[in-house]
Amino acid sequence: MPPIDLILNVAVGGILTGLVYGLMALGLSVIFGVIRVVNFAHGEMMTVAMFLAFSAFTAFGIDPLLSLIPIAALLFAFGYAMQAGLINDFVNKPEHTQFILLVAVAIILVNVLLMIFGPDARGVQTDYSFDSFEVGKLIIDATKAYAALAAVLVAVVLFAFFRFTLIGQAIRACADNYTGALVVGLDVKRLYALTFGIGAACVGAAGAVLVLITDVTPALGPSYTLQAFIIVIIGGLGSMPGALLGGVLIGLTEALAGLFFTPSAKSMFAVAALVLVLLLRPQGIMGKRQR
Amino acid sequence: MTGLFSELSKRGIVLLVLLLALMLAAPFLANDYLLTVLILILYFAFTGQAWNVMMGFAGQLSLGHALYVGLASYVAAALFVRFGVGPWIGMLVAVPVAVIAGAIIGFLAFRFRVGGVYFAILTIAFAEFTRVGFDHFSYVGGSGGLFLPVSQYTSNDLVNLRGNPTMFYYVILAMTLGAWLLCRWLLRSRLGYFWQAIREDEDAARALGIDTFRCKMIAVMISAGLTAPAGVFTAFYYNNLFPEQVFNMGRSIEIILGPIIGGVGTLFGPILGAFLLTGLSESMHELLSWLGLDVPGAKAVFYGICLLFVVVALPDGVWPWVARKLKVTERKVTERKP
Repeated sequence: MPPIDLILNVAVGGILTGLVYGLMALGLSVIFGVIRVVNFAHGEMMTVAMFLAFSAFTAFGIDPLLSLIPIAALLFAFGYAMQAGLINDFVNKPEHTQFILLVAVAIILVNVLLMIFGPDARGVQTDYSFDSFEVGKLIIDATKAYAALAAVLVAVVLFAFFRFTLIGQAIRACADNYTGALVVGLDVKRLYALTFGIGAACVGAAGAVLVLITDVTPALGPSYTLQAFIIVIIGGLGSMPGALLGGVLIGLTEALAGLFFTPSAKSMFAVAALVLVLLLRPQGIMGKRQR
Repeated sequence: MTGLFSELSKRGIVLLVLLLALMLAAPFLANDYLLTVLILILYFAFTGQAWNVMMGFAGQLSLGHALYVGLASYVAAALFVRFGVGPWIGMLVAVPVAVIAGAIIGFLAFRFRVGGVYFAILTIAFAEFTRVGFDHFSYVGGSGGLFLPVSQYTSNDLVNLRGNPTMFYYVILAMTLGAWLLCRWLLRSRLGYFWQAIREDEDAARALGIDTFRCKMIAVMISAGLTAPAGVFTAFYYNNLFPEQVFNMGRSIEIILGPIIGGVGTLFGPILGAFLLTGLSESMHELLSWLGLDVPGAKAVFYGICLLFVVVALPDGVWPWVARKLKVTERKVTERKP
């Protein structure tokens, strides 16, 4: 049994990282909740954002906490274009057809990154990389704290957008009742494109700040995709607070599993948590029952 | 015989016989490189056919078929390495292991009414869980891998599956043919029609009195069991097993790309898809090295772009389109309605 201080420190680190994962999963949740298309290129978009933040930092010295705004905007444009140009035609196609479409996109993204950046792990060293805050006996990494704070801020902006703006409400209307949205004259295709853009922007922001915490390689894409799925299903597909909660739970689970067992087995615990949730509460912790 | 091929036109039967003759003669016509490509194609045709039972016939999307391949590989290889049990006896153990794994996933999913996308994620999750588990399973080598003793290619030992590529080629060809015949029979059986009813509309199927839980369980178990021989085959063909590769999510995706591109729910789709995709992948390799563009990743980018074009142009798969062009099917019972 490791000392209690260590456990607490690891737990806090896991929760903070989990908030960033939560923002990534929020993007997936928004996309699935509204468009009902599973974005199998989600983790790959995450690595694209991470490499963009890395490039901005190494080329121009821009801190990822700042570059997250232009990167989110870029990913928004990418997501909007992808939904408008490609996925809108596939919205009513069977799941496996959508799957292949997005797997093709994922393959292209991973390998374009591989061609540009090579297979090596890249990371960012800021001047506060080794700073930490001491709160009582807790030692909190500054990078993790800033990254988590940024993730929460972006999430709050998103909550507000969906709650209070007309477009946000229109998007929610599409999600609630597709036919109804068409009947009242909403431009569903454009709203879908906006939604995919917003989901992609979440991933963009999450990727930009995650580069502060961990290194990136092109090959990481699929495992981020899987992680986003796990988080979203645990939290409840379509539930925005659920995605953040799921992220925190997975971050915590992985951090503690790495401490108590071995770091290489940590993803096994995330998967086990997913299986448990699917069996005991398939709609997720905060999801609404749909059947 | 006539009943089994009743939906094929004369033209279709002639083409089928020609294809079979060509495949049988391939080792005499092709060089070693081409033969290994053909083995790979047949491997994907076989696994694609097995996956198709679950998705194409019964409508249950599995994204974790690498699990069944991997489990069977490990069971057969471990029996061979540890106890000297040959692959054919090993298969008698490997197939039930895969069937049980499929039954567990199916039971948990269908009992708790996990369906659609959730079911697909559950299958990925089980494959990933097993991958990490095997990474720490030291009895079969853990993440360091499990290796089969490699023998000289002087004589072919069919009993122990030790030999040259030609022998492996005929083994996988026979397996693919067997799987194809089995799937033809299944699709036209009473069970096959139940599956197709469930695929098209599960609630309607249940309303008609079909025991959907039982039918879906059988589909998962047959699909898993049918996948297992491919695992035994690859274990003895490649002679090395690493959890990281064998259970990789990418492996599962490779297995299902073929049947989806070829045409889900069709009998020739998985075979055509395997030819197209493996052929595409290999010719990309040749083309790019000929052009001097052989940077890591370039091949896969072009592969992805081709995949994108195919799925946009022919979202129902290539086979239904080819079949129309060749006029080889008379009845359209096997085609999946868009």
